[in-house]
Amino acid sequence: MINSTPHDFSIEALRAGDRAEFARMVDSYSAPIYRLGLKMLGGAQDAEDVLQNTFLNALTHLPDFEGRSSISTWLYRIAANEALMLIRKRKSNVNLEDLQTDADDDNPMPETFVDWSALPENELLTGEGKDVINAAIQKLSESLRVVFILRDVEGLSIKETAEILNLTETNVKTRLLRARMALREQLSAYYGERTTQKENQ
Amino acid sequence: MNDHDRKNCKALLGTLSEYIDGELPAELCAEIEKHLEGCENCRVVLNTTRRTIDLVHAPADEGVPDDVRERLFKRLNLDDYLRPIK
Repeated sequence: MINSTPHDFSIEALRAGDRAEFARMVDSYSAPIYRLGLKMLGGAQDAEDVLQNTFLNALTHLPDFEGRSSISTWLYRIAANEALMLIRKRKSNVNLEDLQTDADDDNPMPETFVDWSALPENELLTGEGKDVINAAIQKLSESLRVVFILRDVEGLSIKETAEILNLTETNVKTRLLRARMALREQLSAYYGERTTQKENQ
Repeated sequence: MNDHDRKNCKALLGTLSEYIDGELPAELCAEIEKHLEGCENCRVVLNTTRRTIDLVHAPADEGVPDDVRERLFKRLNLDDYLRPIK
């Protein structure tokens, strides 16, 4: 999560091309932007491309930055667009399913009802467990994934997420619910099996 | 489809995200809690969804790998600021 107050940086200095201030901003925002790239695209090289392109883009457009949104929102917006562009570039054709995720059809009903929530964290976040979580995030359509990452991985508010992605708050909430349900279902399939095995021992 | 596909469960699941985020009015929360008392499946979905969110939340102290930071600074022509700025 970006840890900043709105006045962490001097917008005037940044707009005037103050390199030390820009370097300070890069250091403050690199971690969440790199993580966004990593979670959106799944690979370290792609995440690094997102990171570099975001700040190159920011450098180019800083003189036009009007401060209508916070620096944090502005940078996240550039990063999210970079990640989505890279994903689309990688795809050989447009996946119609992705474009239809906002359709008003019903949310899928849960199918797995094993309560694995009491498993201790060291059993949930094993190397394999982390891989399962990351793979599950990758399986979300990109329009759900980006909302889920901003809200639940980075811990941004619904309002900030909506502002970054230029969506309505209702739309963010709809996507978030779907993403959470899909993730829960996938993690339940994996952790549920472990819980059942444990109970049978 | 199993017996979980009941009207009340469906209504609850539609508000689950907002319930978890504490964004629902008190009366609606009370209704949800009443339903949860009598519906084990919905309790499981609630608990495991909350846990899912806990698990994915990024640790606050996670940084960028040193080599990634170095290449980024070089790409931005900020080599002379590579030493962390306090």
